[in-house]
Amino acid sequence: MVVGGQIFQFGRALARTKECIRIFNLRKYDRGYLPAVRLYASSSSGGGKQDKSGSNEGSSTAKIIAGVAVTAATAALVYKSGIFEPSGPDTPKKVRKTAQPRVRTRPPVVKVPADAANIPSQVPYLLIGGGTASFAAFRAIKSRDPKAKVLVVTEEGHLPYMRPPLSKELWFNDDKEATKNLRFKQWNGKERSLFFEPEQFYCKVEELESRENGGVAVASGWKVERLDLAEKKAILAGGKEIQYEKCLIATGGKPKSLSVFEKASSEVKNRVTLFRGIDDFKELDEVASGAQSIVVVGGGFLGSELVCALAKKSKTMGNHPKIIQVYPEKGNMGKVLPEYLSQWTTNKVRHEGVEVVPEAFVTGVSQESGKLVLKLNNGETIKTDHAIVAVGLEPNTQLANTSGLEVHEELGGFLVNAELEARSNLWVAGDCACFFDIKLGRRRVEHHDHAVVSGRLAGENMTGAGKPYWHQSMFWSDLGPDVGYEAIGIVDATLPTVGVFAKATEADTPKAAVEASGEGDRAQAEMEAENAAPVKPATQEQAHGPKEGEDYGKGVIFYLRDDIVVGIVLWNVFNRMSVARQVIKEGKKFEDLNEVAKLFNIHGE
Amino acid sequence: MSYCRSEGKDGKDKIIFATAEDHATESTVKLPEPEESPGLILPNGEINWNCPCLGGMATGPCGVEFREAFSCFHVSEADPKGSDCIEAFATMQECMLKYPEIYDKKSEGRDGDDEEEDPMDKLAAESSASKTQNSDEKPAQQDAKKD
Repeated sequence: MVVGGQIFQFGRALARTKECIRIFNLRKYDRGYLPAVRLYASSSSGGGKQDKSGSNEGSSTAKIIAGVAVTAATAALVYKSGIFEPSGPDTPKKVRKTAQPRVRTRPPVVKVPADAANIPSQVPYLLIGGGTASFAAFRAIKSRDPKAKVLVVTEEGHLPYMRPPLSKELWFNDDKEATKNLRFKQWNGKERSLFFEPEQFYCKVEELESRENGGVAVASGWKVERLDLAEKKAILAGGKEIQYEKCLIATGGKPKSLSVFEKASSEVKNRVTLFRGIDDFKELDEVASGAQSIVVVGGGFLGSELVCALAKKSKTMGNHPKIIQVYPEKGNMGKVLPEYLSQWTTNKVRHEGVEVVPEAFVTGVSQESGKLVLKLNNGETIKTDHAIVAVGLEPNTQLANTSGLEVHEELGGFLVNAELEARSNLWVAGDCACFFDIKLGRRRVEHHDHAVVSGRLAGENMTGAGKPYWHQSMFWSDLGPDVGYEAIGIVDATLPTVGVFAKATEADTPKAAVEASGEGDRAQAEMEAENAAPVKPATQEQAHGPKEGEDYGKGVIFYLRDDIVVGIVLWNVFNRMSVARQVIKEGKKFEDLNEVAKLFNIHGE
Repeated sequence: MSYCRSEGKDGKDKIIFATAEDHATESTVKLPEPEESPGLILPNGEINWNCPCLGGMATGPCGVEFREAFSCFHVSEADPKGSDCIEAFATMQECMLKYPEIYDKKSEGRDGDDEEEDPMDKLAAESSASKTQNSDEKPAQQDAKKD
C-alpha cells in the first residue's frame, strides 16, 4: 500500500510535470528571475480599482491626516498586525507608519519605453496583450520564422507571466524570499519563476528594428486604442501609430465585479480585491499576513483554489486567519461538477478548514471600525478584514468598438473562425477569443492551457501555417491534498453525466503518500516514489464496495451532449489525459461508457 | 460486482461503481492509435525546431546561431561528426555567453523533467542515427507534442 501510494504520488507528479513541461516548455530556460525594475501595474489590468487613490504623495498626505482620527482599537489592531514593517525606502506604504486605516494604493504603470518615439513605427508581428497566449504566440512565431521581429504591446507593467501558481503553488512556499521574487516549487520539487522568460530574453523596444536576427520586445504600460484594419495600423493612446504585417489580439480579460461592491465607498473598496494578476496576489499576500479573517466571494476554480491555498497557509501563520467562502451555487464547482461530486468536493473544502457558505450572495457591504461588514441574502452578517472577489472574467473586447470587429453576444469575446482569424491579417487567442471548435462547436475558453494552445496556433498561422483549432486543451485544479482533477472538453454541470468510480484506498491520496514516506516534504515523497518499482493494476482483494463518505475517491466522469462524450473529468486519476483526448476526438456514441472507462485503468496506477 | 445508480435532476447523472475485477477484463472499445507527433527529426530528415524538447533554445536571443550550429552538425559527414562546424559552434557559444541568465546551465542546473536528456546530447544522438527514423520519445511525451 505504501508503494502504491508513492507510485500514485509519483504518477501524479510525473503527469503534472509532463503537462507542465508541455505547457510551459520547461527546459534549460527556467532561470531565476528578479522582478523587473518596472513598477506594479495600475488599475487598468487589475480591473475595478479605478476609484482607488493614486500613488501620488498629495493624496497619501491627506489620508494620514484623516487617519489620525481613527479609533485607538483599530490603530492597535492594525499596528500589531505587523503590516507596517518597513518594506523599503521608496515604497508608498512607508508613509503609513502612524496608525490609520489601511490604504491600498498601487503606483501607476510606468511606460517602457517612456517616449513613443522609441517605439518602432513598423513591425512585422504585433501582439496586443502580454499574457500567456501572447507568449505562446511569439514562441511559435520565432520557431517558424527565426529572424522574426515581434513587438508585444501590453498595458500591464509586467513581462509575460503564468497565472496558475497565483492561486496554488505561490501560496505553498516556505521561503518568503521566493514568494517575494515570484518563484515557486513545481511538482518535481524544482523551483522556477512565474515569468515565462527572464528579462534578458527580450530585446529593448528601441533596438528591435535594427537587430539582424530579430527578437521579441515588450512595450509595457502602452495601450492600443484602435486598429485601422484597412491600413494595417495600430494606434496607441497618445497617437503613436504602428504599421504591422500580422497582428494578434490577446488582451485576455478583467475580473468581473459585483454591483454591491462597485457602488460601495472607497473605504470599502480598499478592503476588496478583484483577483487576477500579480498585483492582486501581492496585495492578498500582504493582507493575509495580518488578517483575522478573509472572505472569498465565488465558488468556481479560482475562488475554490484560493480558499484552499489560504486555509493551508493559515495553519502556518501566527495570526491564523479564518477563511470563509461565499457563493450562490449549492456546492463548490457547482457549475462544473455534477451535484453529487460538487457536494463531495464542498465537504473536502470544509475539511481543509474553510467555512463554506453556499447558496448565498452579498446584498450589502459597509465598513465599520476597520472591518468589512458583509450582509448576505440569507440574513447572515460576516465581519471580515478583507474580501476577495472571484466571480468570473469579462473579456477585454474594447477594441471591437473602435476597430470594427465582431463580438459574440452570449459567449463574449472576439468572433474568430477555426483558424483563429477575425479579419485579414488579424488573429485572436486566449481568454478573449470566441472561436469555432470543429469538434465541439463555437466556444470561449478561459483556461491556461487553452491560452497556450490557441496562442501557439495563432503564432503558427501568423507565419502561414493555416491550421484549424484541433488539439484539445485541458485544465486542472487542486483543492487540498485529497482532490486533484484534470479535465478536457466541455465540462458543464447542466449536461448529463456518467461517472465511473473506483474506491480510493487510503494509500492513494497525496496526503497519504506523504505520510507514508515519513516526511512532511512532498518533494521528498515524490523522489522516493521515483525509485520505487511500478505497481500492477489492483487485484480483487483491494476492491470492495463503497462505504458511506468514501464513494468518490478516484474515477472518470463523462459529460454527454446528444449521447456523445464532449467532456471528461479525470478525478484523482493522473497520467491519462492522452486517452481522454482520444475519446473526445472520436466524437461518437459509445454503447457502454463503463467499457470506455476501462481504458483509463482507474484502479491501477 | 459493479453497480449503478442515478442522481441529480431527473436522474441525469449516472454513477457506476466499478470493481477492479470488472475493469480487469479487456475493454470492448478500441480507440485508434494516437497521432504520432514528430519528434526531434521530421520524417523528411530535417530538424523539428518546434520540438518541445528544445525548449526555447531555437527561439531565444541566440536562436539563429543555435540553428546554424546544429543544422551544420546535422548534415555533417566529417569524422568525428560536427568537426567541420567548429566555427558555427564558436559563434553560438559567443552569443550565449552574453545571456548567462538564459543559457548558463552550470549555475542553475536543469529544470523540468529529469528523465529528459540534455537536448544537445539528444540532438547529437538522433542526428547521428538514421535520419529516416522518428525520434525515440517516451509514450507520455506523445501527449506533449503538438499536431
